[in-house]
Amino acid sequence: MGLHLIVTVKQVPDTHNVSGNAMKEDGTVNRAALPTIFNPEDLNALEEALKIKELTGGRVTCISMGPPNAVEVLKECLYRGADDVILISDRRFAGADTLATSYVLKCAIERVGSYDLILCGRQAIDGDTAQVGPQIAEKLKINQLTCVAAVTAVDEKSITVKRSVEDGYEIVKSRFPALLTITAAANEPRSANAKKVMTYKNIGKEMCSLSYDESYLAADACAIVDHIREWNVEAIAADPDQCGLSGSPTKVKKIQSVVLSARESRQIANNDAGIGELIHELIEENIIG
Amino acid sequence: MDSKKNILVFIEARNRKFAEVSLELLCAADRLARELGGRVEAVALGYNLEDELKTLGRYGCERVYYTSDARLAHFTSVPYAKMVVRIIEKYQPGIVLFGATTMGRDVAPRVASALKCGLTADCTDLKIGEHQIKDTLYQNILMQIRPAFGGNIIATIVSPESVPSMATVREGVMKLSPVETEKNVEILPEPCSLDEHDFLSEVLEVIREEKKVNLKAAQIIVSAGMGASDPESLALTKELARILGGELGCSRPVVDSGILDKDHQVGQTGITVRPNLYIACGISGQIQHRAGMAEAKRIIAINKDPQAPIFALAHYGIVGEVKDVLGKMIKAYKTKA
Ligand SMILES: Cc1cc2nc3c(=O)[nH]c(=O)nc-3n(C[C@H](O)[C@H](O)[C@H](O)COP(=O)(O)OP(=O)(O)OC[C@H]3O[C@@H](n4cnc5c(N)ncnc54)[C@H](O)[C@@H]3O)c2cc1C
Ligand SMILES: Nc1ncnc2c1ncn2[C@@H]1O[C@H](COP(=O)(O)O)[C@@H](O)[C@H]1O
Repeated sequence: MGLHLIVTVKQVPDTHNVSGNAMKEDGTVNRAALPTIFNPEDLNALEEALKIKELTGGRVTCISMGPPNAVEVLKECLYRGADDVILISDRRFAGADTLATSYVLKCAIERVGSYDLILCGRQAIDGDTAQVGPQIAEKLKINQLTCVAAVTAVDEKSITVKRSVEDGYEIVKSRFPALLTITAAANEPRSANAKKVMTYKNIGKEMCSLSYDESYLAADACAIVDHIREWNVEAIAADPDQCGLSGSPTKVKKIQSVVLSARESRQIANNDAGIGELIHELIEENIIG
Repeated sequence: MDSKKNILVFIEARNRKFAEVSLELLCAADRLARELGGRVEAVALGYNLEDELKTLGRYGCERVYYTSDARLAHFTSVPYAKMVVRIIEKYQPGIVLFGATTMGRDVAPRVASALKCGLTADCTDLKIGEHQIKDTLYQNILMQIRPAFGGNIIATIVSPESVPSMATVREGVMKLSPVETEKNVEILPEPCSLDEHDFLSEVLEVIREEKKVNLKAAQIIVSAGMGASDPESLALTKELARILGGELGCSRPVVDSGILDKDHQVGQTGITVRPNLYIACGISGQIQHRAGMAEAKRIIAINKDPQAPIFALAHYGIVGEVKDVLGKMIKAYKTKA
């Protein structure tokens, strides 16, 4: 018997390389203006799932909600060893806050069917909210273990993890099903497997109709995925009112460009005299000893 | 009294001690509640905390909804989230605040999901205001202010259509300012209406590990940004921190690239500091970094780019190479002191 592990992965703008026009007038992110990457801690979540699968056997299914282009992160999942990947994409998902996002992912997970563990990144670098994982767990009415810095034991019924908290660590055990949020400390993500890259590089998407083949997850563990499944609102049986902008209680009221308040600022000459004087002044004023 | 005017703060007790951020949030709630004409309330879960809870009046808290149960002595997600949801449903506050700690960030999203309401993470300011959606004008609602995306933008988020409005705030962001006249705290016991199936996590062991750096308490902080992340500059930054008797801070990409530990990170998603002196070495000064250090009493910025935003905030600006400038500062200090 093996475990069924679901990993949620997100394509995010590379916030370390953000430039000027990052936001649109309406307060939403101008994704087109930014390079995108695989959310770093989602790579850790995937790695942890692959490691567990190596121990217990089973399947790893990766799910991403995003624009069609998010298929890129799902291909990355296949290159690293995921068995199945599903893109959740529909115009009606656009503008989702964490509540609407978790609702859609919950519907998708229910559509996938049975699972033992769900692994999320602790947080996505575009908003750093760390909310989607716990919200999926609440909606599925399952337990959650957040901020996981290491998986210390796993068997067919339960998992034990080390959680990183403010004043140290906790070792916590939970039975399945459970949702984990994984931090960067947990592992070193593997790189893509060259053979798998060759296999999956050119695969296409298959627009999903209502008739999702329920049996595909039960298929042979090593079945070749030649299409990436793409599910829309109907495919996951979601209520459109709870998706995207209309399902998002949080609204951006306004965005302001930051204008720095001009301080009484002094330019210090970058030479021994200028810096010597500054140090002297700080000592005089008892700011440094 | 209209319960929607009340503000509920989630009180985090670790090891029978309240998290600093919970007290800070009570102070912030006191300010907001005055504006709304409401009351500051708290929800506390744990075991045998009555005596400690009475001290919350110092921070403006008037009422605590308190569930005492041995099984709640240590935090676990599902029981905590369920109890908080029940208390919110019963007392209907208009605003609920959580510390953005590992506990707050674990429980708050679960609560928001159960109540289908909005939640804004890591707010740097909270205000009361109004917002119009179509024909409806929502008054006296929570403005959740946080820096967003990429650094040049401050977003004001509202969630008027769902009650309560919920937000998390990091430790140190709100000032701890005990109220003038201590409030008399009314403790309302809430029964623990949970059953065995709710206790899904088994805490096997708790390992306490003192954090080595204590940025919050430091009077002097010397911080390294990406412009000071090469080994030589970093060594000089550490050296200056050491001889000044200060602590070493850094910007987030320095942590992300694995150069320094997360304990050193200053900023919106790191630690908020208010030292007497902050020396920013090779830090550009994006809003998320400034959110954590703008209130330092003196700021010295060293950057080779004269246009770097950090200079607009600095009291003393030095344009130059980090290595070069720090070398001169260390030399000057050693000879003067
Ligand atoms: C949701 C979110 C949360 C965030 N939270 C935080 C946070 O908590 N803390 C934080 O710090 N950041 C945070 N950030 C990141 C933040 O936006 C910036 O990317 C970051 O602060 C930049 O760090 P930096 O200034 O060290 O690096 P850079 O932006 O790379 O700047 C390096 C600077 O060093 C200068 N420089 C380079 N070489 C030299 C040299 N030899 N001598 C002198 N100067 C030199 C350059 O001119 C430049 O100004 C967050 C971002 C997001 C999206
Ligand atoms: N659109 C999405 N698609 C798939 N997974 C997501 C999505 N948004 C968030 N997640 C997951 O939830 C985690 C936390 O995201 P966040 O709450 O945005 O910080 C991420 O690390 C992902 O694992």
